[in-house]
Amino acid sequence: MKRWRCLVCDFIYDPELGLPDEGISAGTAWEDVPDSWICPDCGVGKSDFEWLET
Amino acid sequence: MSKLVIIGTGLAGYTLAREIRKRDSESELLLITRDDGSSYSKPMLSNALGKDKHPDALVISSAEQMAETLAAEIWTRTRVNRIDTRHQALHTEKGVASYTKLVLANGANTIMAPIKGGAANKILSVNDLDDYRLFRAELEKGKRVVIIGAGLIGCEFANDLSTVGADISVVDLASRPLGSLLPEKASSLLQEKLSELGINWHLNNAVNSVETSDEGLRVTLKDSTVITADIVLSAIGLRPNLELATEAGIETDRGLKVDRFMQTSHENIYGLGDCAQIEDLTLPFVMPLMNSARALAATLCGEDTAVCYPAMPVVVKTPCYPVVVCPTPRPKEGHWEEEITDEGVRALFRDNDGNIAGFALTGELVREKMALSKQVDDWLA
Repeated sequence: MKRWRCLVCDFIYDPELGLPDEGISAGTAWEDVPDSWICPDCGVGKSDFEWLET
Repeated sequence: MSKLVIIGTGLAGYTLAREIRKRDSESELLLITRDDGSSYSKPMLSNALGKDKHPDALVISSAEQMAETLAAEIWTRTRVNRIDTRHQALHTEKGVASYTKLVLANGANTIMAPIKGGAANKILSVNDLDDYRLFRAELEKGKRVVIIGAGLIGCEFANDLSTVGADISVVDLASRPLGSLLPEKASSLLQEKLSELGINWHLNNAVNSVETSDEGLRVTLKDSTVITADIVLSAIGLRPNLELATEAGIETDRGLKVDRFMQTSHENIYGLGDCAQIEDLTLPFVMPLMNSARALAATLCGEDTAVCYPAMPVVVKTPCYPVVVCPTPRPKEGHWEEEITDEGVRALFRDNDGNIAGFALTGELVREKMALSKQVDDWLA
């Protein structure tokens, strides 16, 4: 599954790990992360993320 | 027809504009900036070297692209000279712009310490992409760097500069790095890790003067130590940009005073980001800015929304030793409880009632950030 990177602070969302602390379980694909979700490090929204080439 | 004007195209101005466009694609929108209007990653100014990024690579979109995406007009390299609140008009270098609502999102400036010497004017500071380009250009010429300030920005720059083999000296009045944010052990561990990268510390000290010499900039400290450097970088903090507001008679304190709806003392004029002060809080960090931009966008689009702040920990970008700190945004009595583990430091700041009012985590323990934040009371309930 694709990983996504925050354009503002470089935080990386890794679907294999999810963010269990925020109720996003491991294995949650980016598309299934709620639109209201914000970057845990800097607070930008999903639209400020780009997918990482592997 | 309504027209919203935003002064500033930093994270505050652009985030607000985008949040507004999510709700309202019609009304007229003008952004005015003194820089080139690039939308860029500000947090990465202090870790771009380690990521091997050229300043241009920090630009996410140009002003032209932003204007198109936002269906907005953007006046770049334009200074606003005066706000005429009576006629709701801005006098700028490019002419007069009228507004129905105005948002001041023109940020803060770096504080310059009073330093003597013929080369004191050569001291750099980095608070925007233009500053950063200049800094990187200077770095091409020589890598002996004196950083004034061992706070967040100072420590981040020290760590980042070490990745390109710079010869780094950090000077601060305090006795330890991040002294106002971290308890003793966490702070000394950070200092230790940064020292391993070759950083030289001049603590309980200050820069007295900077002079030009044949070998470079001659930096003299309070204790008479002399350091020869190519760059002197000042990183001792930010001061909100208040001139425009003050001259227009808008109420200011440490920052531009705004209420929970981000409105200043004047109807139809709002403040956002590093220049603003909500109640007693000036928080020049990305997270509070995003939070308040969303609330303000809702308010400006007719849905009055008070800003609420949860506790917002700050991630310190020192990859050599990860640090997360959740400061107490207002002075608070209490004490630190520091626990040292194999994985790092877990430090809790307990108020006099025993509640967790702030915390600091280092090393592997930064992963506990989210769980601990939930135990801290909201900053603005």
